[in-house]
Amino acid sequence: MTTTPQAVRRESRRGSRPATTPDPARALMPAGEPVRLLDPDGTPLPAHPDYPEPPVEALVELHRRMVIGRRFDVQATALTKQGRLAVYPSSRGQEACQVGAILALNDDDWVFPTYRESMALVSRGIDPVEVLTLLRGDWHCGYDPAARRTAPQCTPLATQCVHAAGLAYGEAYQGRDTVALAFIGDGATSEGDFHEGVNFAAVFKAPVVYFVQNNRYAISVPLSRQTAAPSLAYKGVGYGVPSEQVDGNDPVAVLAVLTRAVAHARAGHGPFLVEAHTYRMEPHTNADDATRYRDADEVEAWRDRDPVARLETYLRARGALDDAAVAAVAEEAEAYAADLRDRMHDKPTVDPLSLFDHVYAQPTPQLVEQRDQVRAELAAAAEEGDA
Amino acid sequence: MATMTMAKALNAALADAMLDDERVVVFGEDVGQLGGVFRITDGLQARFGDKRCFDTPLAEAGIVGFAVGLAMSGLRPVVEMQFDAFAYPAFEQIASHVAKLRNRTRGALSVPIVIRVPYAGGIGGVEHHCDSSEAYYAHTPGLKVVTPATVEDAYSLLREAIADPDPVVFMEPKKLYFASAEADLPARTQPFGRAVVRRPGTDATLVAYGPAVPVALEAAEAAREEGWDLEVVDVRTIVPFDDATVTASVRKTGRCVVIQEAQGFAGVGAEIAARVQERCFHALHAPVLRVSGLDIPYPAPMLEHTHLPGVDRVLDAVARLQWDDQPDARWLTEAGAA
Repeated sequence: MTTTPQAVRRESRRGSRPATTPDPARALMPAGEPVRLLDPDGTPLPAHPDYPEPPVEALVELHRRMVIGRRFDVQATALTKQGRLAVYPSSRGQEACQVGAILALNDDDWVFPTYRESMALVSRGIDPVEVLTLLRGDWHCGYDPAARRTAPQCTPLATQCVHAAGLAYGEAYQGRDTVALAFIGDGATSEGDFHEGVNFAAVFKAPVVYFVQNNRYAISVPLSRQTAAPSLAYKGVGYGVPSEQVDGNDPVAVLAVLTRAVAHARAGHGPFLVEAHTYRMEPHTNADDATRYRDADEVEAWRDRDPVARLETYLRARGALDDAAVAAVAEEAEAYAADLRDRMHDKPTVDPLSLFDHVYAQPTPQLVEQRDQVRAELAAAAEEGDA
Repeated sequence: MATMTMAKALNAALADAMLDDERVVVFGEDVGQLGGVFRITDGLQARFGDKRCFDTPLAEAGIVGFAVGLAMSGLRPVVEMQFDAFAYPAFEQIASHVAKLRNRTRGALSVPIVIRVPYAGGIGGVEHHCDSSEAYYAHTPGLKVVTPATVEDAYSLLREAIADPDPVVFMEPKKLYFASAEADLPARTQPFGRAVVRRPGTDATLVAYGPAVPVALEAAEAAREEGWDLEVVDVRTIVPFDDATVTASVRKTGRCVVIQEAQGFAGVGAEIAARVQERCFHALHAPVLRVSGLDIPYPAPMLEHTHLPGVDRVLDAVARLQWDDQPDARWLTEAGAA
């Protein structure tokens, strides 16, 4: 006689397993559908049992930063067209994720961003000129990561996932209650370092929130080529990490879910994985042509789920925003963009001799030789210029 | 003074570093209760607890990436890659983050990590256990690359690596782990960036590092019978490299053979040979020669003796240093003459 899986399940239902033994994976599983607290048109849904709505003041601040963040993003895209930036990977359409993640954290928590998180970084209060240093090209990381508790924007995909695990573990090891939040995209969940990072964090109970922004494309490659899983949130379960999926264009839900995820990590329960379903409205970067791999209809459909409009509608209906407040935020965003535009028009000064700084704490004799050589080349060039 | 192995000296260096600095944590695969497959971390977990010395998931990129995060939080991680070739999954973390974080952040972040790599062959190991991987690291700016050849150096260089503000790839020649010598610990030998003359001589300079150093010394002994008095320079720290000591020796002797166990093409020995001829051209009586492993994947155990550069191959090279002022016959082929 063979025992089929169905027979085993029937058997267990009949109670051969003690009824009190819960399936240990059950508690880790995400909801079958993304958590949503607002309809796409901004209408509130019934209260969620696991994710209480954040305080209204937090939502007003979320709206403000999303408006400024979007204006920053549009300005950065414009700066590429003016030749001020080499390239810019936009996160327009992902404002709820970019800002929601920052608002869920304390100032002394750590953030591990990718190259698409410029909006999140300015939302964290980092000077936008420093954020854009990387893309302007006068250095790599333009801000002080130690002072801003924000790792350099990470280009090698998913490698930051392991750093976040190490940092969070190291902080806990030294008695500090820091949480680390690692941003990651849908494509990068295919990289080994994503899996190693989540696994290390789980094994060492490191207080990390892995926040996957599933914007449906890795440059041109659709999600169906990254995974056969029903949701990227299921990837946490195999590592023993509780996971959730959320409507990434619902700002209220994003903040609610991430707030709980951060609290889980800070309470010492280990990492938490969140997948946000969202959409990149712009191409991968200004150098990309998204019409080669997606339809205009698809993009239009996502325009109807705009996270900024969604939150504004809701807050207006609640009486937390009015015309004057909305206008004031828009004005603030314009001033922010104008200031950025002005400051980006100044050509940055770069010092070729600084190439030798910070390769090592002290330059090696070989680097000293090369620096002398470059110094001589520069002097010769200057002399030629004078002549 | 006591007689001890290099393995024991490395173990003592780790223990003393952990004793002196609470920030030092040691982790990797099997380094905890087992004490490492080569027993370099033997007893550390029992002595310092499983928070200071611990096993990790079996994932080398994870180990090194985790160390990056720990270093960012202020700790001083010392990680073990179990074998040379098993470190390759970690290469992206090493090349893109460990080596570059200081530079990318203009010094705001530093990652004082030590990555210990048991490397090279001569132990009858099967495939993927005997690679000489030093050139990959030495070719990556931002890393220091260190390899001891003596018991006292093993202790001293590892202590210095752990204290160093920069990331260090610490390459341990497996075949020297259980070679014993008189050592007085805690030894403090020459610092990083200093090569050492292990044997003075007047006729030619043998430049070697790591597992090739004992070969060079043995060859120098054997060369006495041929009437050659050879000087042996132990490089010790591939990065930073000590041009001054190597150059001074070759200018004195006028002849140079560079010896490495690794495959030769585009290797560390090629770099050393180029540097020597750039700096010593007018003092040279013969081309700078290289003796290395063959340009093949590391061979199966029963064939490794053919691959490994031994005393005979070194002496053959010394014999070709144009003692009679005649061109090296080896290069007088039609192609070479053309």
